[in-house]
Amino acid sequence: MTVVCDFDLLRPETGVAALLPDGTQVAVFLTADGTLHALDNIDPFSGAAVLSRGIVGDRGGVPVVVSPVYKQAFELATGKCLDEPSVSVAVHPVRVRDGVVELP
Amino acid sequence: MTQTLVVIGNGMVGHRLVEILRDSSWRIVVFGEEARPAYDRVALSSYVDTWNAADLELTPLTGCELRLGEKAVSVDRERRVVTGASGIEVQYDALVLATGSVPFVPPVPGRDLPGCHVYRTIDDLDAIRATVQAADRPGRHSGMVLGGGLLGLEAANALRGMGVSPHVVELAPRLMPIQVDEGGAGLLKRLVEKLDLTVHTGTSASSIERDGSRLIAKLANGVELDLDVVVFSAGIRPRTDLDLGLELGPRGGYLVDAACRTADPRVFAIGECASVEGVAYGLVAPGYAMAEVVADQLSGGTKVFPGADLSTKLKLLGVDVASFGDAHATTEGALEVVVNNAVAGTYSKLVVSDDAKTLLGGVLVGDASAYPSLRPLVGKEVPAALLQPGGAVDVEMPADAQVCSCHAVTKQTITDAIQSGVACDVAELKACTKAGTGCGSCVPMLKKLLTDCGVEQSKALCEHFTYSRAELFEIIRATRITTFTALVEKHGTGRGCDICKPAVASILASLNNGHILSETQVSLQDTNDRFLANLQRNGTYSVVPRIPGGEITPEKLIVIGEVARDFGLYTKITGGQRIDLFGATVDQLPQIWRRLVDAGFESGHAYGKALRTVKSCVGTTWCRYGVQDSVGLAIELELRYRGLRSPHKLKSAVSGCARECAEARGKDFGVIATENGWNLYVGGNGGFTPRHADLLVSDVDTETLIKVIDRFLMFYIRTADRLQRTSAWLEGLDGGLDHLREVVVDDKLGICDELEAAMAAHVEDYADEWKGVLEDPEKLARFTSFVNAPGTPDPTISFRAERGQRVPVQLGIPEVVR
Repeated sequence: MTVVCDFDLLRPETGVAALLPDGTQVAVFLTADGTLHALDNIDPFSGAAVLSRGIVGDRGGVPVVVSPVYKQAFELATGKCLDEPSVSVAVHPVRVRDGVVELP
Repeated sequence: MTQTLVVIGNGMVGHRLVEILRDSSWRIVVFGEEARPAYDRVALSSYVDTWNAADLELTPLTGCELRLGEKAVSVDRERRVVTGASGIEVQYDALVLATGSVPFVPPVPGRDLPGCHVYRTIDDLDAIRATVQAADRPGRHSGMVLGGGLLGLEAANALRGMGVSPHVVELAPRLMPIQVDEGGAGLLKRLVEKLDLTVHTGTSASSIERDGSRLIAKLANGVELDLDVVVFSAGIRPRTDLDLGLELGPRGGYLVDAACRTADPRVFAIGECASVEGVAYGLVAPGYAMAEVVADQLSGGTKVFPGADLSTKLKLLGVDVASFGDAHATTEGALEVVVNNAVAGTYSKLVVSDDAKTLLGGVLVGDASAYPSLRPLVGKEVPAALLQPGGAVDVEMPADAQVCSCHAVTKQTITDAIQSGVACDVAELKACTKAGTGCGSCVPMLKKLLTDCGVEQSKALCEHFTYSRAELFEIIRATRITTFTALVEKHGTGRGCDICKPAVASILASLNNGHILSETQVSLQDTNDRFLANLQRNGTYSVVPRIPGGEITPEKLIVIGEVARDFGLYTKITGGQRIDLFGATVDQLPQIWRRLVDAGFESGHAYGKALRTVKSCVGTTWCRYGVQDSVGLAIELELRYRGLRSPHKLKSAVSGCARECAEARGKDFGVIATENGWNLYVGGNGGFTPRHADLLVSDVDTETLIKVIDRFLMFYIRTADRLQRTSAWLEGLDGGLDHLREVVVDDKLGICDELEAAMAAHVEDYADEWKGVLEDPEKLARFTSFVNAPGTPDPTISFRAERGQRVPVQLGIPEVVR
């Protein structure tokens, strides 16, 4: 289990990055309706660890984050890339316990 | 074996021919009498705006041997040899005469006196200017233009540009007798007389005499004029002084057949020196058509000259004048429908056949906006609505109607391009059909055809807003909404995206809503704005401190060097006269800014859709040629507009003289010093589609200059599309440069006060964004790679050395199926 940060630190429709003990980087997002999502932070199109810095919004009502490098959209719930359906990023479980965001 | 084509004449038509044949198998040799490269003679009167000949230059010719300043003095058709003034001989397989025309000077006694000029070349204008400058007369100078046709009014305009009050003398009873009828000419006279012109029609000059430093002209009607300068602009004659022993046409000009070929099958003539089947043409469009014919013939084709459409639409002294088809109703039984609105200052006449079924021609003065839709209807059935008073000109055009007369493009060609999906907007139509790339008067028609073909030029910003950026700007400005959430809930749908969020963020910033990383704005910012630095391919950022005008003290330069050294940043000089520091991680950004801000630097906004730099040359302070303090002005402008958020990035430059070392005409707004002040150019661009900026105002003082730039920038910010540079915005602006000038110079819409106030508010509210982060612990806390491990750098980022500096190690990119 990795502690990310206090839930109050998150801002709606922005992401933060967390480092797991094994070196994996996870991007954690809070959507406008209060839902948390966690995806791999590495953008598969550029290799840069930047997905947490993408713009969060929706495409056709589906919550997405858009990579800041080459602007592909990834579905927050599934990690699926909506612009290149053969590409996806890993989804991580994420929860809030006692006001703290955790990656179990 | 390669065959040789010799072209005699390097005017607009000769230039066009060589351009068309550039990639052909012909070896091309061009003889040009003038020592300067080919230039836009049609725009000659604009030379007085800048006195910079380079502004008029046509695209430089490549793939030919250009012999400038080499007059062809003889042609030996037997040996097929052209001899130049220097004695050089060139043998040809084909010869094209494009010698143009010479001004016609009526045999007035005194016409050779010093101070009497013709109006044809850049050198002529320089000579006129020298006469005007030498004249010592208190108050305004006075000049006479002989000839009240198109050329004469152009010449009068050029004189006005030199501060001379012109008298225009025309033998015919009205101005522009060839193009315009009596009613139209009456209005034209009234409109130009408001512009300090004095018009004398139905008379001519009977003598010109010198009286001390003055010239006294006596007119046939008894009037005497006291003048500083006289300009003959009474028409042109084909130039045929190069005698090839070939037959000439009835009104001069080398006689050619419809293929533009003389009696000698190897010799062609094109442009104003040609008499095509006995008819000589004095306009550039028929000349271009002849160039196309000859190019086709030389490539083995069989094209012939289709005859010329002598329709014209032009703006003379700011007055719209258009004439098309049978403008003088010479067709037997022709009927005229005239609407003469003396109050509005507009005149229109349509000429129709005796049965009122066919449009034959027309004249428009004061407002020629109907021209693009009327001219293609000549010879076609005339819609009944047109003949009603105030009749609509929004009428269906037949498929074979010519939309672009410069390049002879029919409506069919254009609609085919649209319907096949080849072209979806005006720019693509221009590229694939050439329509609209000549005089540009058919561009509104191209837009209309796109709409008619069902090409929905959707203005919707994205799936979340049906509004255009300009409309959203007005909504936000009027409602004073300050958050994206409020905006999308009231005026949009969904939660926004990477298109609308940064666009709204930019609008909020343009309307001075505080720091762009404030609680409500931070999630809208693209990553560059969100970290106030430029994201690079490996996830690091680059940092550019502002160096106004490119001027920097050694001390500050050392600070930048020390910062780069201490943080191991790759350092590169930018094209905008500043220094870019690459390879900073998000954790390092505030530390780097701290050092820079403490040394007196601030953000250079290299990351923002905002003003970037105002480049400058060194100007009068050091340069032997400078005429104004370009560095001082560049710094003033950069400090005034720093931090100004706009639809796209803004670049600027100031040059201290016409040599233009700062490359100001490649900028969104560029300033070039003149002896009397500043010239302001707008809408320039480098990049993917380079564009030279257009002259907006000339010879203005610094105060006026800044006022006009304030208005220009704010008008652009309010009305442009998202990510639309000023160049594309200006190209797409209805009415183009003239409209822009009406809005930001003449204040036609009455919004200039408001635009200036908006800019004043921006200047007032400006604050350094880097400092804003350094002073706010909450904003500062966002600058970590990992929220759960502040201070730990991103382990995927690594560097290697190249030429003594750190560069990114290419990231292992997972296999991605593209």
